[in-house]
Amino acid sequence: MPGAIYAEGLVKTFGDVKALDGVDLDVPEGTVLGLLGPNGAGKTTTVRCLTTLLKPDSGRAVVAGLDVQQQPDAVRRSIGLSGQFAAVDEYLTGRENLQMVGQLYQMKGKAAKARATELLEQFDLADAADRPTKTYSGGMRRRLDLAAALVVSPPVMFMDEPTTGLDPRNRQMLWEVIKQLVSGGTTLLLTTQYLEEADHLAHDVAVVDHGRVIAQGTSDELKARTGGERVEVVVHEREHIQSAAEVLRGFGKGETTVEDHMRKLTVPVTGGAKLLAEVIRELDTRGIEIDDIGLRRPTLDDVFLSLTGHVAEAKGEESDKKESAK
Amino acid sequence: MSAVSDSLVITRRNLIRMSRIPEMIIFGLIQPIMFVVLFTYVFGGSIQVGSSTSTQAYREFLMAGIFAQTVTFATAGAGAGIADDMHKGLIDRFRSLPMTRGAVLTGRTIADLAQTALTLVVLALVALIVGWRTHENFGKVLAGFGLLLLLGYAFSWIGALIGLSVRTPEAATSGGLIWLFPLTFISNAFVDANQMPTFLRHIAEWNPFSATVQACRELFGNLPPGFQASDAWPMQHPVWASLIWSVVIILVFRTLAVRKYRRAHG
Repeated sequence: MPGAIYAEGLVKTFGDVKALDGVDLDVPEGTVLGLLGPNGAGKTTTVRCLTTLLKPDSGRAVVAGLDVQQQPDAVRRSIGLSGQFAAVDEYLTGRENLQMVGQLYQMKGKAAKARATELLEQFDLADAADRPTKTYSGGMRRRLDLAAALVVSPPVMFMDEPTTGLDPRNRQMLWEVIKQLVSGGTTLLLTTQYLEEADHLAHDVAVVDHGRVIAQGTSDELKARTGGERVEVVVHEREHIQSAAEVLRGFGKGETTVEDHMRKLTVPVTGGAKLLAEVIRELDTRGIEIDDIGLRRPTLDDVFLSLTGHVAEAKGEESDKKESAK
Repeated sequence: MSAVSDSLVITRRNLIRMSRIPEMIIFGLIQPIMFVVLFTYVFGGSIQVGSSTSTQAYREFLMAGIFAQTVTFATAGAGAGIADDMHKGLIDRFRSLPMTRGAVLTGRTIADLAQTALTLVVLALVALIVGWRTHENFGKVLAGFGLLLLLGYAFSWIGALIGLSVRTPEAATSGGLIWLFPLTFISNAFVDANQMPTFLRHIAEWNPFSATVQACRELFGNLPPGFQASDAWPMQHPVWASLIWSVVIILVFRTLAVRKYRRAHG
């Protein structure tokens, strides 16, 4: 039984650029999949294929139990899409925008009106409801865009980089909305460049690079793959580096790395907080003064680095342009 | 059923937009009004139409040409509007909704038609002020305006296709305008095509634009004294020629534009 969003071997080529090179996905109903990758990795193209906007060269996709290529109209009735840009008409008011989208989802005028009012309340836009959206801030526009994607409370939602370009406060606010949505049982696929965001919102993370899913699992699973926790110590005096290294060697499960100029030592460990306490005690006993010590779990950044051999950053304008161009 | 209601929802959206950007309508009016005034007072009296060089004959001859040129400017409006929707990601949103495929374009072109009608009313008033008169019954005059609106509607579908094909609204505006100048000048709009060199005259006679201009002159009773229509079929049967041209343009460009829309990428 495939999940609410299912893709198998999606391939899409634009000219000589292979945007998708066999993407496989399976998102169980009621869960959130974070599609994580740098610019040009194929995230947007994947979303466009799944939301009927783009026809893949080969492969199969099923959304809400419907074949995307065979029944595109039925799929469109079951999905909400919030794209990379806040796709709202800037000369229409927030209310007019939502009503229009409701009517285009084939709601009756009255029902669309009532739903618009409801959503404006829910998204904290009631005060600005009758102003043209031109006057809205970036965060407000984003919220309205999200509200538009939710007009018919679709069982499956797609969000393409929902918080790109937002300030931390608005990002936080949007995260809350997304969490509420998911607790209501919606299946969500969201793309992001922010590792923190995927970590925060998604049950499962699929890492995409060069048009392929190179790893999928819970963020804990992915982190475990990169190796577990590490203890990081910054000593106060340069001459203490050697003796601190000796201490760490006693507790560590691997090689201790030393960054001389930072006076920082790192060693992989198992044993969590209890072990950390022991390390502190031992350093103290030996009279080694420390500036900082901590138990570090690998971030998704580390995961990305260990999976791809390069850090998760934009691969330059070139590939990005090609992806958005066709 | 939903094809009609979806189109109306989009038409309404575009009309609201237009009403909130009144400067667009005003700028759209300035150019044709300037043409009316400039051509009437600068060229009037020095251009021979038919056998007459009188200012009044040219004035009446000219108006159908300016009306027709004005309605074709709807091309730029439709093109820029749709390119803007693409650019802002609205087309993506519409394409992800369970709505009729052609409705976004149909709604836009109908809204443009409404704007063209408003522009024509204002322009006709200005024309009356500078001395333009009709000499046929009201029904015929109305039919003339009907042909003008149909031509404008047809050209807005060309604009829709341009809008879907370019990357920016600015490109759509210039892409919708540059070819209109040779098209409207190599025609009978501003001068008597009979006096053009043979090669240009043939182009002018078969120009879809000329057919509507000629039809309007007949329906308005604005043909100058001593005017001999050429033997070319569209000039002999301008009303039919105008209708056929407009319908063909709509059928061809609507088909192309809707097909392009289905595959559009924002």
